Amino acid sequence: MTRTFADLGFPGRLIAVEGLDGSGKSTQIYLLKRWLEMRGLKVFFSEWNSSALVKSATSKGKKQNLLTPTTFSLIHATDFADRYERQLFPLLKAGYLVLCDRYIYTAFARDVVRGCPPAWVRGAYSFAARPDITFFFRSHLEVSLSRILDNRPTLKHHEAGMDLGLSADPYESFRIFQGRIFEQYLAMSTEFDFVVVDANQRIEEQQGLVRRLVESRINLEQFSASK
Amino acid sequence: MTRAMARTKRSRPASADAAVLVPKVTPKRFFGLGLPGVDLEKLTGKLIVVEGADGSGRSTQIARLVQWLEASGHHTLQVGLKRSTLVSEELETAQHGNILSRTTLSLFYATDFADQLENNILPALRAGSMVLADRYIYTLMVRDLVRGMDEGWLKNLYGIALVPDAVFYLEVRPEILVQRVFAKQQALDYWESGMDLGLSRDMFDSFLQYQSRMRDTFRRLQRHYRFDIIDAERSMDEVNAELRRRIEAVLAGDLTRQPAAG
Repeated sequence: MTRTFADLGFPGRLIAVEGLDGSGKSTQIYLLKRWLEMRGLKVFFSEWNSSALVKSATSKGKKQNLLTPTTFSLIHATDFADRYERQLFPLLKAGYLVLCDRYIYTAFARDVVRGCPPAWVRGAYSFAARPDITFFFRSHLEVSLSRILDNRPTLKHHEAGMDLGLSADPYESFRIFQGRIFEQYLAMSTEFDFVVVDANQRIEEQQGLVRRLVESRINLEQFSASK
Repeated sequence: MTRAMARTKRSRPASADAAVLVPKVTPKRFFGLGLPGVDLEKLTGKLIVVEGADGSGRSTQIARLVQWLEASGHHTLQVGLKRSTLVSEELETAQHGNILSRTTLSLFYATDFADQLENNILPALRAGSMVLADRYIYTLMVRDLVRGMDEGWLKNLYGIALVPDAVFYLEVRPEILVQRVFAKQQALDYWESGMDLGLSRDMFDSFLQYQSRMRDTFRRLQRHYRFDIIDAERSMDEVNAELRRRIEAVLAGDLTRQPAAG
């Protein structure tokens, strides 16, 4: 199995959050970031900004529905590799605390649900080291779904999993698709040593747990910006 | 009628009659985990791959094989690297700017390959066509291997690919290759000279070093994948005659020189 950044002897540490859309994970990582910044630490929040080049191919593929499960997986792996090699890897070498809203596990769940062999997808991403801590925000499926669907958003074709032909109704398709992704996350929890957070608790309770765990596992003083 | 066709008829009078040989269907396999939802038994066509450096005569040989196969009554489709609808333009831009890191570029090429595999190669094989590939996963792997990428990672990645029915590696020594390139275009290409590897600042020197690494790696892979190494320093006609003989055997269902899954 791939190793963590600590195992690899990097001075930096990577913390990732995973979970369904609507599980509240983005709120939690934002609050974690604020706390670490207030403590004067070298923190970098990595946003999923694709390079112009990869973005052009991805949007073309999605717009024209050219993508199969395999090319969908590969184009996202390309995008991730670009971000990993240009941004995450150098920052971790430079000794940053890097926070990622979603990491390779999002791809593992999504691509496997689309029918790619689990071992193939894991292999494709094996150039990437594992996070030092991965929080999985485990919410009730129905709660996550209604947080997203109650506003009746316009769901994009792939976002709703419409390419899987689960249902002609985008909302129904989204429900089934998210349900399957949720099962993948649960199956990965032990495989990848996720820290499972009960996302049905109050925001503050979850954040308290997250902060205590980060403090216990990472020597935060090492990341002081003044050092 | 083109010159190639005229030559075909002179050298093989058999193709002038109306009889058309129906290729024997042989089992297909993936290199590794394969693609989801593909019924291998439905692939009745043949996948023929021609590998080799620029200047090895690849395109000329493929053009002549297409003429010959069509004259013999087979439908053909030509594919090659960097020709997908999905990412070919982006790959071109990336190469010019030299802006992507190694893993990213490698995955970009894999995307291009997968797109053509699923949207062109497999449908043509299902329809019973002869697919001629101007380079395949071997070139992609060799290029990455000489740049230090992990072999296990590449093998898993290209485990999606179909094992071809025939693979011909047109081998030309780098010293001869460089002369052929100069005879054709008077300048060496940045990538074909492996300038990104920093082997030498002298492009001529870098070309020779890079191409001999490529050749060594092809030879090493040949031991796992069992493709045919063709001496391409001979004349175009001699090489073409050999390719035809081997393809005829493949069409007749002869599996003795079948490439391996590695």
